[in-house]
Amino acid sequence: MSLNMKDQHISICRQNDLIPNSGICAELAGKQVALFYLPDESPAIYAIDNWDPIGKANVLSRGIVGDINGQLVVSSPLYKQHFDLITGQCIEHSDVKVPVYVVELVDDCVLINQ
Amino acid sequence: MLKVVIIGNGMVGHHYVEQLAASPVAAKITVIGGEARPAYDRVHLSDYFAGSTPEDLALTTKEHYLDMGVDAHFGDMVAHIDRSNKIVITESGQAYSYDKLVLATGSYPFVPPVEGNNLPQCTVYRTIDDLGMIQAQANNAKVGVVVGGGLLGLEAANAVQNLGLETHVVEFAPGLMGVELDAGGSSMLRRKIEALGVKVHTSKATELIETNSEGKGRVVMHFADGGSLATDMIVFSAGIRPYDQLARDCGLVVGERGGIAIDQYCKTSDPSIFAIGECALFDNKIYGLVAPGYRMAEAAASQLGSEGISFLGADMSTKLKLLGVDVGSIGDAHGRQEGSVAYTFSDERIDVYKRLIVSADGKSLLGAVLVGDCSEYDTLLQYFLNGIDLPSDPETLILPTNAGGSPALGASALPLTATICSCHNVSKGDIVATMDAGFCSLAEVKSETCAASGCGGCAALLKNVVDDEMAARGLDVDTAMCEHFNFTRQEMFHIIKVETIKSFEDLLHKHGTGRGCEVCKPTAGSILASLWNDYVLEEKHVGLQDTNDTFLANMQNNGTYSVVPRIAGGEITPDKLIVLGQVAKKYQLYTKITGGQRIDLFGARLQQLPAIWQELIEAGFETGHAYGKALRTVKSCVGSTWCRYGVQDSVAMALYVENRYKGLRSPHKLKSGVSGCTRECAEAQSKDFGIIATENGWNLYVGGNGGMKPRHAELFATDLDDKTLIKYIDRFLMFYVRTADRLQRTSVWMDNLEGGLDYLKQVVIEDSLGICNDLEAQMDAVVGSYQCEWKTTIEDPEKLKRFRQFVNSDGQDKAIIFVEERGQLRPAKEEEHQKISATLD
Ligand code: SRM
Ligand SMILES: Cc1cc2nc3c(=O)[nH]c(=O)nc-3n(C[C@H](O)[C@H](O)[C@H](O)COP(=O)(O)OP(=O)(O)OC[C@H]3O[C@@H](n4cnc5c(N)ncnc54)[C@H](O)[C@@H]3O)c2cc1C
Ligand code: SF4
Ligand code: FES
Repeated sequence: MSLNMKDQHISICRQNDLIPNSGICAELAGKQVALFYLPDESPAIYAIDNWDPIGKANVLSRGIVGDINGQLVVSSPLYKQHFDLITGQCIEHSDVKVPVYVVELVDDCVLINQ
Repeated sequence: MLKVVIIGNGMVGHHYVEQLAASPVAAKITVIGGEARPAYDRVHLSDYFAGSTPEDLALTTKEHYLDMGVDAHFGDMVAHIDRSNKIVITESGQAYSYDKLVLATGSYPFVPPVEGNNLPQCTVYRTIDDLGMIQAQANNAKVGVVVGGGLLGLEAANAVQNLGLETHVVEFAPGLMGVELDAGGSSMLRRKIEALGVKVHTSKATELIETNSEGKGRVVMHFADGGSLATDMIVFSAGIRPYDQLARDCGLVVGERGGIAIDQYCKTSDPSIFAIGECALFDNKIYGLVAPGYRMAEAAASQLGSEGISFLGADMSTKLKLLGVDVGSIGDAHGRQEGSVAYTFSDERIDVYKRLIVSADGKSLLGAVLVGDCSEYDTLLQYFLNGIDLPSDPETLILPTNAGGSPALGASALPLTATICSCHNVSKGDIVATMDAGFCSLAEVKSETCAASGCGGCAALLKNVVDDEMAARGLDVDTAMCEHFNFTRQEMFHIIKVETIKSFEDLLHKHGTGRGCEVCKPTAGSILASLWNDYVLEEKHVGLQDTNDTFLANMQNNGTYSVVPRIAGGEITPDKLIVLGQVAKKYQLYTKITGGQRIDLFGARLQQLPAIWQELIEAGFETGHAYGKALRTVKSCVGSTWCRYGVQDSVAMALYVENRYKGLRSPHKLKSGVSGCTRECAEAQSKDFGIIATENGWNLYVGGNGGMKPRHAELFATDLDDKTLIKYIDRFLMFYVRTADRLQRTSVWMDNLEGGLDYLKQVVIEDSLGICNDLEAQMDAVVGSYQCEWKTTIEDPEKLKRFRQFVNSDGQDKAIIFVEERGQLRPAKEEEHQKISATLD
């Protein structure tokens, strides 16, 4: 997986651009990607789309991260719905899901698969 | 597999689909909906004009049906039912065969047969498409008329008024809501509605509508009594008629005045065909409310399995807010039952009307009417539905409590059969059973039973029942903050203080589980700030803050932020005013005077915030903490410096107080006010702590607020000198910060303090707990370590890195689009977005 990834990867930022236990946003071919850095978890980095389909604004990177029954989630800063960091599934609405992206921390670089 | 075809995808048709899909019956479900969109919440249609979108109103989506394996077709009407071959054929020519057919076609608005009723200015109020037509007619219109003064007519009038039109209601009968209300209730409702600016015309039969050739209004309505009314648009809402043509055409039995006849199993005269919802006639009655429709859907769906639930009629009591007026009607509101006696209470000062209809023996409640105040509705409904014996003096049920009225019926007095949630048919027995099965918290009961997830009207009663049951089981009412911490905010505060905990990580490690969430993180962040007053954006605290605190600005609906510099006491120099104007102009920010005597600049993009603040700080501004659960504003009046009545310098005091407590993190926001005399122009008595000047010093008031539940502050101490005043406020605030629950304003906190105001006086004035030195020292520490968070932030390049839209480019968020209105920018609405992006592409 990670070998394969290196073939199509894009280096999107450096590790020290990330903020521990919080999110930032990157632009990727016209899309907005929310990157979350959770140094105590494995993997330590997660990427989902920045668009909040319920609040209808590009804000998910600015939500609070945490867990619901062990499931890692970010809570939208607008109306507080939770989105699973691994699957993008909205916990409150079974029919709402945001895209997720494959990311990896290699050395000091954040690599993302386009 | 059993082929089930459902005609009509309204609220009831959709409920049927959900019931059937969730049942063990293996069925191939096909839905044919006449409207272009899947089922939506018709009951809340009026919310559309208050900002709800069709997506907000949606009850389901095409994708969801697809996921459920339901074959759904929209925007096509069934034109014909071929009963002998068991096939339905749609207008577009599609044919579907069925084993069982369900008619859920609902009803359509009745438009009186008057000449001119088909002019383009005439509309109806039933579907989302109708709303579009109404909105289109309302553009350029000044006056709107609603024909029909019943429940739906008044809903429509609300919509017309929300659209900003001069609103008239024209009713054929002598009173409003004649079906649900007696004459007294009806005339009180009229008074209240007229006071809101709606013009009511009763006993008016419209005879002709014609295009207007003279000045005012585009059409003119002529009435039987010779009068006329000019208007720009008309909404007909004069009753509903069942959609039963399909049934008539294929020979099913229909009622004399319409409606598809059904039995208690919701079967029509053809045993393979069911009818449910507003198109169905049971016991010669059409049920024009959604709850009975849902019961029919459940009964009909159960016939396909082994259960066989019956529908035996339904209660039509209603509680509504019409044009902001509370209206309730229970049972026999008109007192038609023989021998019934009535009790009436009416208070014309506050426009409240209440009437009870009681059986001849005085034992049971037959009906009730409430206008202007529905607080007794839940209790009365329980007496009515459950045949609970009335107290010997039933009038106490509607009298104000200070006049001998009796308190609400406790949850424990309700029988198990009592319906708690009528939308989802949940009885007290269902709740008890759910709790017996181990689902004890309110949230669990809600998600297991669906109670309180419909109209929401039963939420308070549901909580009472759950709390009461918990207490009866000897369970503690659950006070855990969230799944990560099993204690209250007060307990968390205590732990952090006693153990000198300095970070969330440490706290979680020692006392919590999991990784935290958006409830416990900001709470801990706030406590850490109250106690140690570190810079909130320090790396270890950043992830704890709500977005507003993280970016030191308030997030708006489109993801931009507002900027609120502190303008202590509302006092500002002309030079500073000019700077605000210049900054707003330069960054094209929408500018508004807030309700808190300061100036808010809206629409800043994340990446603009540092530059904006740089300029503001250079001009001497500081952050206003509009984003924090912290001190907001201290409102002032101009006081003795200028005002001929002022007895103290209220502006100087407001400035002192605001500057002293700025930056103090607290369980909820804090507001204050200082008035220069008893005329109270600063509204200090509506603040968490308010100060009013007297000849001899200051009176201190505590525990007031506006907001969702306004409450006046209570007098705490009188004629204080400056020093004592501040000492008491220090203690009061710190005691609140220590002991209040999360998001609990001072008023609610005080109400929950055992001993209330008197106890608080003992603690703060008499130091009964011996903690006052500590409280003061803690306040001094917070005051002494104040920093303007924006200043700290713009001085630190590391911190500024966060204020970039993208970590890897200087691009902008293209989804943020502004349009101009009244000379300023505002966020584009969704429809405008689509138009603008279309022209950009
Ligand atoms: C800007 C302003 C409205 C305006 O255009 O005037 C405003 C705007 C907001 N108010 Fe307010 N309130 C504003 C004055 C008020 C007032 C009037 C006053 O302070 O005299 C009240 C009633 C008084 C009171 O609080 O006791 C008020 C009662 C609320 C409430 C209800 C609080 C309650 O206890 O019921 C909320 C919701 C909350 O805090 O949970 C709220 C929440 C909000 C929020 C923060 C909602 C949000 O999360 O987006 C709004 C965003 C502020 C922003 O800058 O983006 N706002 N809000 C006013 C800012 C005042 C200021 O200079 O800081
Ligand atoms: C403004 C407003 C406010 C209301 N407020 C309340 C309230 O507060 N409380 C309350 O209990 N009730 C309220 N109601 C009433 C409530 O909305 C109805 O009782 C409920 O919607 C009835 O559901 P239904 O599915 O039977 O009919 P509908 O919701 O009318 O659905 C029927 C559907 O069938 C479709 N259809 C008809 N014929 C065909 C055909 N031949 N082929 C295919 N499709 C067809 C129709 O287009 C429609 O979409 C309100 C109604 C309105 C309009
Ligand atoms: S409160 Fe008193 S001093 Fe202040 S403006 Fe009003 S009248 Fe004047
Ligand atoms: S009564 Fe409507 S949600 Fe319970």
